[in-house]
Amino acid sequence: MLQLVFSTSAAREARSKASGVRTLADLAEGEAGILAELDLPEEAARRLMVLGFLPGNRIEAGPSAPGGDPRIYRVDGAEIALRAETAACLKLASDDQDAHR
Amino acid sequence: MNGACHCQTCALAGGPGRPAGKPTIVAIVGPPNSGKSTLFNRLTGLRQKVANYPGVTVEQRVGKTRVAHGHEITLVDLPGIYSLTPGSEDERIAHDVLTGRMPGMPKPDAVLIVLDANLLSRHLMVAAPVLALGLPSMVVLNMADELSERAGQVDVEALSEHLGAPVALISAAKGEGLGPVLEFLDGKLHAAAPRLDRALLNDIPRCRLWAQHVGSQTWKPPSPPVWTQRLDRIFLHPRAGPLVFLAVVVAVFQTIFLGARPLMDAVQALVDVSGAWMASEIPGEALRSLVVDGIWAGVGSVVVFLPQILLLFLFIGILEDSGYLARAALIADRTMARVGLQGKSFIPLISAYACAVPAILATRTIENRRDRIATILIAPLMTCSARLPVYTLVIAAFIPERALLGPLLGTRAAALLCLYALGFLAAVATAGLLKSAILKSERTPFVLELPPYRRPTLRSLGLRLYDRARVFLTRVGTIILAVSILLWALANLPLEDGARPPIERSYAGRLGRAVEPLIEPLGFNWKIGIGLITSLAAREVIVSTLGTIYGLEGDAASVSLQEAVRRDLSPAGGLALLVFFAFAMQCISTIAVVRRETGSWKWPAVQFLYMGTLAYAGAWITYRIAGLLGS
Repeated sequence: MLQLVFSTSAAREARSKASGVRTLADLAEGEAGILAELDLPEEAARRLMVLGFLPGNRIEAGPSAPGGDPRIYRVDGAEIALRAETAACLKLASDDQDAHR
Repeated sequence: MNGACHCQTCALAGGPGRPAGKPTIVAIVGPPNSGKSTLFNRLTGLRQKVANYPGVTVEQRVGKTRVAHGHEITLVDLPGIYSLTPGSEDERIAHDVLTGRMPGMPKPDAVLIVLDANLLSRHLMVAAPVLALGLPSMVVLNMADELSERAGQVDVEALSEHLGAPVALISAAKGEGLGPVLEFLDGKLHAAAPRLDRALLNDIPRCRLWAQHVGSQTWKPPSPPVWTQRLDRIFLHPRAGPLVFLAVVVAVFQTIFLGARPLMDAVQALVDVSGAWMASEIPGEALRSLVVDGIWAGVGSVVVFLPQILLLFLFIGILEDSGYLARAALIADRTMARVGLQGKSFIPLISAYACAVPAILATRTIENRRDRIATILIAPLMTCSARLPVYTLVIAAFIPERALLGPLLGTRAAALLCLYALGFLAAVATAGLLKSAILKSERTPFVLELPPYRRPTLRSLGLRLYDRARVFLTRVGTIILAVSILLWALANLPLEDGARPPIERSYAGRLGRAVEPLIEPLGFNWKIGIGLITSLAAREVIVSTLGTIYGLEGDAASVSLQEAVRRDLSPAGGLALLVFFAFAMQCISTIAVVRRETGSWKWPAVQFLYMGTLAYAGAWITYRIAGLLGS
């Protein structure tokens, strides 16, 4: 379940077009989701994982900067801001049973 | 799930603790915002110094503390890290120091691992690889006061059992719970063997599971930081947020300009009185002239700005310690992204308002090298505190004080604000140019952790001001003193019939005359020319130079420096001088630090020529336009 998938950007584009997978960027303020996959180059993914953006972890969207981007995400009690372009690479698990609080 | 004590690990670690040895070098390590530096300051007080690691310009803070029986310990404050895998410069430094691979730095005998008690299970992921190094370690859980306010709890003994290391729960800001830390430093608390499975270390998901497991057994997480969320609702509000941002900036400038006045006047009075006293006491005309007209007029004219600079650092300290600066970076990210930079560049740029040198050092948190060089190149365009004396002098000389927005904003503070905005716009435009032409790069993910809002402590602010005052006075006592003496000599030689020549015919005067044709189109005369030459060492030197020159002319006694400048420059020339200083790179320290950080003379040369051209062109255009408007 904790298997990580690193994919190329071509594959990423193809997949995101084909399937309407929800990503962190789709969460509105106060909404939460379970992270499934980090669709980023390995080094960038590692940096995010160290901060708690790990598959299986629950992540809640917080307020954003004026203008909607970047947005604050709450992970393990900490608040971390990501740009929408990064958040869109963090895919959520589809069966997010406790997505809404 | 958690690894039991592997005897192999213990053997590698050199057994449980060191036999009876008291530590002499102790490293402080931990994630960013866990309060490492607060603990460091608490333990060392004023007995600390900032130096650079050999070879790299990452700041190294080293201090001394004395525990019982006069046993003295050297503490090393390491940069904040999220892991020990050498990814960023900071992580590499921490790794090298802890493993004894940092040249010129003995391997520490013990480690204080500082974690935020409110984020325990997160921060345990940082503690794990440090514990696994096997050095005698203590886990220090900081911000105990916040934990209890937010109804969290931690079982220190159980945690100590899980980690195989002593644990202390403290509040570094309030100085509470430090007893066990001092005992550990005194070598009285022996570390048991670290109970860690080494396989955890290279596997982030497993490491997190371990951290969560330990956390769940020993820690009741605090309730969410309600105040932080409430304040963010205001500070990040789509409309109110930017307004608050603006209001904060305006308030800072108004206070710097008006609030510092009485203090500056007081320092000025001290300088005047002591100067007059020395003039009456010192025998011999030449010596008296050197001390009073050379040194005291030069050095004194810069010392006057100490209160203003301290006030600026006080505001920067409050913004940074309270956590607002991180929100400002968040608000600024979109603007920064538009010119191809990221919000992370914003924090170095804000600290460049104080001084470009620490700002350039702070760029090391930017992982992308091209982004980092772009930020280094634009940082000196931000208005550093060395420009403040020049700006204050010229603004006060040419711009009459009038209310603009009632008592909220005066014309002089507004003029100062415009100059700061000018520097910022030039920096942003330059970044846009660089990023679209020579320093293109793929955008790296922007990741910024936002600390909860905290009340800045007087102690931490006081230490910052003390530190800054020391840096400022050192500059006054070295660069500015040396330039003042040199200038006095140049202005008094060659002797004509055994007496001092008129200043126009002195070496300094001839030098000024020589550059006059070059700067005349900008509205500057030869005296300003001398100031421009000496200010290549450091910007504020122009103030001391003018102080010395006017002092030798015998005017200083009768008129203030401000008055003398007004008589010597046209208003259009004054504006041009302001613009020149906004853009020009007159700072030897910055050139040296850019050279070291970028590893070649190429970038500082490019930067010097670019900023010089910008300064000359900007001043010329300003002089022409202001002349046409007949201001």
